[in-house]
Amino acid sequence: MGKTVLMQGNEACVEGALAAGMRLYAGYPITPSTEIAEFSAVRLPQVGGKFIQMEDEIASIACAIGGSVAGVKSMTATSGPGFSLKQENLGYACLAEIPLVVVDVQRAGPSTGLPTSPSQGDIMMARWGTHGDHPVIAIAPSSVSEAYNLAIRCFNLAEKYRTPVLFMMDEIIGHLREGIEIPDHVEVIDRPTVDYPDAKRMPYQIKEGQLVPKMAAFGEGQRYNITGLIHDESGFPTNSTEEAEKLVTRLMHKISDNYDDIVQVDQVNMEDAEVAIVCYGGTMRAAITAMEKARAKGIKCGIFRPITIWPFPERELLAASEKLKKVVVAEHNYGQIVLEVERIIKNNCKLGFVGKVNGTVITPEEILAKVEED
Amino acid sequence: MAKMELRLAGSGGQGVILATVILAEAAVIAGKQTAQSQSYGPEARGGSCKAEVIISDEAIGFTKVQHPTFLMALTQKALETYCHNLPEECIVLIDDTLTAPEELKGHNVIKLPILSTAAEKVGKAFTANIVAVGAINGLLHLVDHADLEKAVMLHIPKGTEALNLAALQAGIAMEGDVKKPAKAAKKAKV
Amino acid sequence: MIDTSNVSEKTVNTSDLIYKYMRPEHLPHIWCPGCGHGIIMRDVAQAVENLGLDRDKVVLVSGIGCSSRAAGYMDFNTIHTTHGRAIAFATGIKLANPELEVIVLTGDGDASAIGGNHLIHAARRNIGLTVIVMNNTIYGMTGGQYSPTTPRKAFGTTAPYGNLDRAFDLAGLAYGAGASYAARGSAFHTQQTIQMIQEGIRHQGFSIIDVASVCPTYFGRKNKKGSAVDMLRWQKENSVTVEQAKKMTAEQLQGKLVIGVIHQVQYPEFTFEYQKLIQRLAKEREE
Repeated sequence: MGKTVLMQGNEACVEGALAAGMRLYAGYPITPSTEIAEFSAVRLPQVGGKFIQMEDEIASIACAIGGSVAGVKSMTATSGPGFSLKQENLGYACLAEIPLVVVDVQRAGPSTGLPTSPSQGDIMMARWGTHGDHPVIAIAPSSVSEAYNLAIRCFNLAEKYRTPVLFMMDEIIGHLREGIEIPDHVEVIDRPTVDYPDAKRMPYQIKEGQLVPKMAAFGEGQRYNITGLIHDESGFPTNSTEEAEKLVTRLMHKISDNYDDIVQVDQVNMEDAEVAIVCYGGTMRAAITAMEKARAKGIKCGIFRPITIWPFPERELLAASEKLKKVVVAEHNYGQIVLEVERIIKNNCKLGFVGKVNGTVITPEEILAKVEED
Repeated sequence: MAKMELRLAGSGGQGVILATVILAEAAVIAGKQTAQSQSYGPEARGGSCKAEVIISDEAIGFTKVQHPTFLMALTQKALETYCHNLPEECIVLIDDTLTAPEELKGHNVIKLPILSTAAEKVGKAFTANIVAVGAINGLLHLVDHADLEKAVMLHIPKGTEALNLAALQAGIAMEGDVKKPAKAAKKAKV
Repeated sequence: MIDTSNVSEKTVNTSDLIYKYMRPEHLPHIWCPGCGHGIIMRDVAQAVENLGLDRDKVVLVSGIGCSSRAAGYMDFNTIHTTHGRAIAFATGIKLANPELEVIVLTGDGDASAIGGNHLIHAARRNIGLTVIVMNNTIYGMTGGQYSPTTPRKAFGTTAPYGNLDRAFDLAGLAYGAGASYAARGSAFHTQQTIQMIQEGIRHQGFSIIDVASVCPTYFGRKNKKGSAVDMLRWQKENSVTVEQAKKMTAEQLQGKLVIGVIHQVQYPEFTFEYQKLIQRLAKEREE
C-alpha cells in the first residue's frame, strides 16, 4: 500500500477525483465546500487539467457538463444553497446521460441557514430535487479515507452508467483532518466509447450486452445531437408517447437493475445485533462511539450504514430488520432517511430517531440514549 | 498511549488551528490515529477560536473532543470561554500572562511564557503557535520530537525553517521548567 | 439604407448548403412562415463553408427558445441545453478542448434575460466562443411575451399596455462587459452578417454577433408591423452602418438599426492563457 498522509476531507475528495481522472472542475465559492475549489485550482493545472471559477452555481454545473461532453471527466462542488441552484442542470445530465460528479458538502439550512455548521438536510433533495422522474446515485463518506476512495467510486459509477453521481459529503467530514493511506493503484473506469463508424447517427442506441449507449466526445467525428428534450435513439427530440416511456423507463432501470453493483452498505457488529443504529456520512463517527458504549453496557448493538444512499440499500435493511428488536436512525436533519427506513422495515421492529437541526453535531450519548430506550 | 483529546484556544490569527494541524501531522508521521477539526467562520477571523485534535493508538470514532485531556489557552477571553466543565484530569496550559479563573481550582494549571518567548527569545510574535506545539509535546510526550519537527517543516513557508525550528526548540525546552505537571499545578497560582 | 449592391455574391446554391450542412431528415424546421431565424441559420452554414472549417471540429450550443432549435437542424456536434445556460455549457466544451470551434446559437431572452449573467462573464473572461443572437425582440416559443430587447412602448402578451422597460443593446452590453468582438447584423443584411460571423469565428476571443431577426407571428402581429416581407423591408430601410451612425445625433438614430462591427480589439483569450499556465507549471516542475 501507499504512504499515509494527513488530509482534510475536502482535499481528499479532490485527490480522489484526480486519481479517478478528473481533468476539469468548474465551481463557485461556498462554505463549507470552498476548499474543494481551492485545492482543484492548485492541483488541476499541475496535471494538465482545467479549473474555472464560474459566475454562479448554475454556470458551474453547466460548464462541468460541457467539459464531460467534450470527453473530459468533470466535477463541480457546492453546499446547500448552491445544490438547490444546480438542480435543473442535474436533471439535464440525467436525461442526456452525461457522466458527471456533483459534490454537496452539506451545511445547515434551510436557505442560507448556518453556513459553517454540519447538516445532512439535503439527502432527500439529492433524490428528488430536480423535476421529473429520474435515476440517481448518491454516495456518502464517513471518513477522510472514504472521501478519497469514494470520490473515485463516484467517477467510476458516473462513467460506467453515464449518469451524474452525487457525492453527499457533510461539514463533519469535509473539514475533518485524518491520516489516510493513498493507494499505489486505483481502479479507474472510463465511459464506453464509440466504435466508428458503427454508432453514427444512433448515439442513444443500446446494443446487446451494453449497459448504456456508447458515448463519443464532441470533436471525435460522430457529430451527434444532445438534448434535454425527450429523445429517441437518434438523439433528436420526439413527441412519441412510446419513445418517452421507453426512455424514462430505461433510465430508471439502468440504475435499479444494477442494484448489486451500485449499492454498498457497511454493517458493523450486525451478526448478533438486537439494536441497529442506521446512519450515514459524518454521523457514523458518533454512532461508532455510541455502539462501543452500548456494547460495554451489554447491549447487542450494531451499525447499519448505507454508503450508497441512493438507491437506498433496502434489501439489506429489510433482511436485517427481521432479526432486530429496534432500529435507531441518527441523521443531522428533522427526519429524512428515517422515512425511508420506516417504509422498508414496516413493523418488523421498533423505530427510534435522533435528529438535529441546530447546527451542532449529534453526540454518541444522544444516540446511546435512544439505543437504551425501551 | 491512551487516547488524548486536545483543545487549543486563542484569538483568530494566533495560529492555534495550524498548531493542531501540525500535531495531527506529527501523529500521522508517528503512525498514530488522529482526527483534527476546528471552528470555522467569523470566529476564526478575529474572535476567540478553538481547534481540536485527538491522538490515539486506536481507531477514532467520534471526531469531536468531548472529554478534553488537555486544554491550552493563549488569551484570557479564550480561557474563560473554554474553561468550563473540564474533566478533573484535564491538564490546562495557559500563557503566563493569563489568570486562571476560580473554576480551574483543583486543576493542573501550567503557566508558561509562550507569547513572550516567541516575541522576545525567538524574536517573532507569530511563532507563538510553534513555541506552543513544542511546549505541548514537551509536556504530553505525544510523539518523538523528531516527528514533530518533520511535521512543522511540512506546514511552514519556505525560508522560515530556521526561525520555526528555533521556536519549536524553545517550546520543547520549557519542559525543563515544568518537571512534573502535578507539582507544577500545586505551585501554580489559582 | 445600406447599399448592398457591391457585396460580392459567392453564395453556394441554397440546396447544396442544406444538403452539406443541415440534417435534411430533421427538416422542415418548426419555425413559423416568415421567421427570420432560418435566414440566420443559413448565414451560419455559409460562414462555415466560406471559412472551410472541419465540421467535425465545430460545436453548436443552443439554449431554449425558438433560436435553440437551430442547433438540431445543423450537421455539426450539436447540444441543445437548458434555458439561458448555453454559454456556460459552451464554456466547459471550449475549456475542455480549445481546438473546437464553439458557436452558441441563442435568442434575446435566452442570452440576455435568464442567461444575462453568463453572457457578461463570458465576455469579461474573453473565452473564444462565437455567440450568435437571433434577436427577434420577443419570446416566441411561449407565445409573444416581451423580452429584454423589446422596444419601449411595444406590445407583447405580457405588455398589453405597451412595454415600460427599456431595451438592451446586446452588442453594446457585451462590449461593455469586455467582449473583444461585437457586431450587429440583421436577417435582411445576409452578406454583411455572414461576413461578421466569419470574423467572429476567426477572432481569438469572445465574439458576439447580435442579429436582428423578425418574428411576424408574435412581434409583428402584436405591433402591426405587417408581413414578414414588410418587416424585412423595414430592416432594409431603417438600417445605417456603424460609420454612418457615428455622424448622426441621438435623435437621428432613434428607431434606426445600426449594422456593422461595433467593437474589435485583440486581447488574450482565456483557454489560450490557461494552456500557457499549464505549460509554465510543467516547465517549473522540470527545473
